[in-house]
Amino acid sequence: MSPIISVSNLSKIYGSGFKALNNINLDIAKGEIFALLGPNGAGKTTLISIICGIANPTHGKISVNGHDIIKDYRAARSMIGLVPQELHTDAFESVWATVSFSRGLFGKPKNPAHIEKVLKDLSLWDKKDSKIVTLSGGMKRRVMIAKALSHEPQVLFLDEPTAGVDVELRKGMWEVVRALQASGVTIILTTHYIEEAEEMADRIGVINKGEIILIENKSTLMQKLGKKHLTLQLPSKLDAIPPDLAAYNLELSGDGRTLIYDYDTKGDRTGITSLLNDLRTAGIRISDLDTTQSSLEDIFVSLVRAP
Amino acid sequence: MNFRAIRAIYLFEMARTWRTLLQSIVSPVVSTSLYFVVFGAAIGSRITQVEGVSYGTFIVPGLVMLSVLTQSISNASFGIYFPKFVGTIYEILSAPISYFEIVIGYVGAAATKSIILGLIILATAGLFVPLHIHHPIWMLTFLVLTAVTFSLFGFIIGIWADGFEKLQMIPMLVVTPLTFLGGSFYSVNMLPPGWRTVTLLNPVVYLISGFRWSFYEIADVSVALSLGMTVGFLVACMAIVAWIFRTGYRLKN
Repeated sequence: MSPIISVSNLSKIYGSGFKALNNINLDIAKGEIFALLGPNGAGKTTLISIICGIANPTHGKISVNGHDIIKDYRAARSMIGLVPQELHTDAFESVWATVSFSRGLFGKPKNPAHIEKVLKDLSLWDKKDSKIVTLSGGMKRRVMIAKALSHEPQVLFLDEPTAGVDVELRKGMWEVVRALQASGVTIILTTHYIEEAEEMADRIGVINKGEIILIENKSTLMQKLGKKHLTLQLPSKLDAIPPDLAAYNLELSGDGRTLIYDYDTKGDRTGITSLLNDLRTAGIRISDLDTTQSSLEDIFVSLVRAP
Repeated sequence: MNFRAIRAIYLFEMARTWRTLLQSIVSPVVSTSLYFVVFGAAIGSRITQVEGVSYGTFIVPGLVMLSVLTQSISNASFGIYFPKFVGTIYEILSAPISYFEIVIGYVGAAATKSIILGLIILATAGLFVPLHIHHPIWMLTFLVLTAVTFSLFGFIIGIWADGFEKLQMIPMLVVTPLTFLGGSFYSVNMLPPGWRTVTLLNPVVYLISGFRWSFYEIADVSVALSLGMTVGFLVACMAIVAWIFRTGYRLKN
């Protein structure tokens, strides 16, 4: 299947000489939820801005459903809804007016029924006549999502959509995102909350210093890079790790009652059997054990910190 | 053409006018009425006729132009500066709309406002002094041309400005002096020859002269020259706007 968004050899160099993006290649499949992770200043927002027409690319090509974003900008842009990171709103407009304005701006005929549905889905219906200035931050965020959805986009960009949104509201927002995906909308999001990407995304891209360092299916990524921790509870306090066990790189907790062993699930040998044998030989008894999979956050931190 | 987008921007901008009715319409009308009271009635009664027209009547076209010029600039500059300032410009830039359409929306709304304002001031003037418009069509032509040209000029200022100070600077320091010295309150022929020559470098002279001619058939410079200068300035502003959008100057980085 041809990708709905195709970015090839994209670079962005600002007037100051700062290279914000370096030779980005990225294909987004129709209907997926793609999460773009990266530390602050990695180039996430720059990439989104260029695809949406807010910033100019220095090199490279981007197409949206086959439409070049520069030569065929009308067709490309009319497919895209953008929810930027910052809360940019017209303070003195009503919710209804500002959402209707967005629909008109994208060249769509009036459709009050659609706007009503969007506002209801985002729990904004009872605020439709309120001026935006009177709304809370979370509501303003939803107004911006409503604006982006007003013109029935095929692709939705959410730049840090849940920043400053409380837990309850965040869950509601993700329900909306899931419903959009179910209706065939492709969603590209950036987020600081890694658990969010972990929960929502089909694929994850990691961007750092303007370069995409990894694109992977979420499950493959978790599997591929997933380290596991084996935690051993000791019934009696251990003062130091016996020298015979040095090869396992064990970690002893401060109270001397927990040993942690890191192992790689993808390795041929996890070393668990021999560790347990050697522990018995060393006379260390175990009262309990459990294993934990490293989270996407651990993976992410290890990727970004890698030299 | 994305007519729906043009309509959306135009109506959005017009809605801002009605929301700020006092600032947009009432305040310029009040200040212009004050000019009539001070210059027309109080001082004007002591001034003899200017080129066969009573002084109060003589200043009407200049006063209308004064308001149309300053309001066109401030409407259009604020109209485009404000989305830049609060960040809502992202939506305009990401919409499937050409630069030309953006300009029609913003400049069209700004010009509409100042034309309405100009006509209201004209009607207000009619309450103070007798008015006779010799060439109504030309009067409207000059009014519309000036409103559009200076709305374009304001649009340029709004894009160029990166702070409220710069937004005010050109209207305060350049446009207002040029308008006052451009023959709003006097005929250029009343000046000594040296100053007269200097005054002819002021583009506003041509606008006011042409506009006044459409009322009373008296002009400081020939009507063709007035029209030519106005259209010339319009074309210059259009060229600058085209350049702005081609390069993304102060809009896109």
